[in-house]
Amino acid sequence: MSDVLVYVLHYEGAFNKNSLGAVSEGVARAAEVGGACDAVVVGGTDLSDELCRTLGRYGARRVFRAEGPEGLAQPVVDVMDRVIAEHGHRYAIFGGGLLGFEIGAGLAARRQAGVTMEVTAVRADGDELVAERPILGDSKISVSHYRGGLGIIIGRINAFEVRESGSADAEVVDVAVEYSPWSRQAEMVSRGEQRGADVDIEGADVLVAGGRGLGKAEGFELAEALAAAFGGNSAVAATRAVVDAGWYPYAAQIGQTGKTVSPKLYLAAGISGAIQHKVGMQSSENIVAINKDANAPIFEFSDLGIVGDLNKILPKLTEAIRARKAG
Amino acid sequence: MKICVLVKEVPDAAVEKRINASTGRMDRSGEKNLNPYDTHAIEAAMQLREGGLVQVDEIVAVTMGPESAVRALHKAVSLGADRSVHLSDETLAGSDVAATGYALAKALERESPDLVLLGQQSDDGECYTIGAVVADHLRMPSLTQVVKLDVDGDALRLERQAEYGYDTVRVRLPAVISVGDAINEPRYPSLKAIMGAKKKPLETVDAGAVGIDPALVGADGSRVQCGEFKDPPAKAAGQIIEDENTDETVEKIVAWLEERKLI
Repeated sequence: MSDVLVYVLHYEGAFNKNSLGAVSEGVARAAEVGGACDAVVVGGTDLSDELCRTLGRYGARRVFRAEGPEGLAQPVVDVMDRVIAEHGHRYAIFGGGLLGFEIGAGLAARRQAGVTMEVTAVRADGDELVAERPILGDSKISVSHYRGGLGIIIGRINAFEVRESGSADAEVVDVAVEYSPWSRQAEMVSRGEQRGADVDIEGADVLVAGGRGLGKAEGFELAEALAAAFGGNSAVAATRAVVDAGWYPYAAQIGQTGKTVSPKLYLAAGISGAIQHKVGMQSSENIVAINKDANAPIFEFSDLGIVGDLNKILPKLTEAIRARKAG
Repeated sequence: MKICVLVKEVPDAAVEKRINASTGRMDRSGEKNLNPYDTHAIEAAMQLREGGLVQVDEIVAVTMGPESAVRALHKAVSLGADRSVHLSDETLAGSDVAATGYALAKALERESPDLVLLGQQSDDGECYTIGAVVADHLRMPSLTQVVKLDVDGDALRLERQAEYGYDTVRVRLPAVISVGDAINEPRYPSLKAIMGAKKKPLETVDAGAVGIDPALVGADGSRVQCGEFKDPPAKAAGQIIEDENTDETVEKIVAWLEERKLI
């Protein structure tokens, strides 16, 4: 029997979409190797019986619930370590994102397990699960087989589809855990702070996205002018690097936060195309990239790539589109 | 306070990365650069030292890798580390992330640091994970992808972007912190520092010297077996325009957009 354990992240009474995808994947794969899928949740009173039971909708059998701090990885490692020691899960699956990476890696250390990250596919091979992970800028896929008692699989953001395959309620099992001293050394001061203006990028048909290549915060004026020239339902988006640097509001960020866009046109200006960005925009219908570095990874998944100086190209492109719209 | 900074040598960005067909491992023969993310970790250590709120007695650069990895240590020392430790042993070759983290933790244990800093990811292989593996072996708290780090009494106050926005976390030391590249602007080493880097103490240790259990490292000690590779589904290559005449380039872009009814 090969049971799967999935950590489910929640915030303000709602479960994370990538976590629900991981549960769906865990349920489907566990069935192929003769096991079932359980979930782990850690938090406060918003983890009601009612909320936890809804994980049955995605096929989870049991939900192990522990009271503990939210938004920190190591308390969850303590809980999962305890649950696995007691119930003998053979695989742990995470939906990706910051906490998934931290918990998965910490759990690997704690239980001397193998860990594979950025996984895009899990499949059964006999009575085992193997994980597929794109490497070298997605040019190759590496296949991980696991040895030992536990295999840890950390998905790439958006890799696992959410599927409502179950109908029964999940059974809620409370777990009392003595947190390890080093888990208690970290304390959340404030969580989920939004920075900068609120902008809607998810509903836009045309997105002009800016990255480090814009050079400085003022560089975004070029992107804003181009988006304005397109008119209608267009907006400006940004990469994580420039949001962290304070050049553009957090609400406009593509990728890692789980904000995923699929506009009709995605125009990337000065974006190299790191995986963390790619996972948030690769389902866009048309991708145009402008970058001065001919080797930038973004050219490998863009439909039209322009190798050149965006300071020269963007103003003229803005002008040309404005003229076309006026004519 | 004693700070250890984990550093790593990675392939130069201009060198094409590939798998060595005979070993099934990353071909590391072209390696020659300090992982760019690690320079931010060293800078963070230097800013703690220069900030004056805590007394930083020593900054030690630590790496694991073959003989050539010494270059990464020299670079780290030229950026401000006082000395360095090089963990090098044939038995470590082929270690997966979990085994590498274990080996690094053993090397760090010997130094008893108050703070371990590292870059949030490396350019070549594993991303985001090594800090959390090291931390759990050292029984220290760990936070990754930190973009702001301040001294707060006897603790550190850290900020990072997580799933739902920015989080602020207070961590009591000792701790393992991996930093993102938005945390600072690394300084350039002075010519004098580059010249002097090779004169700073560099200790080379093998697996036995730091108490590594050989059964837990190397390809055989790793719990993940890699070595099987396949090609991703082929994707039609996009059109590429080299901008030589911007007016013409813009005309081509506009025509391309019109053809797809995007304007």
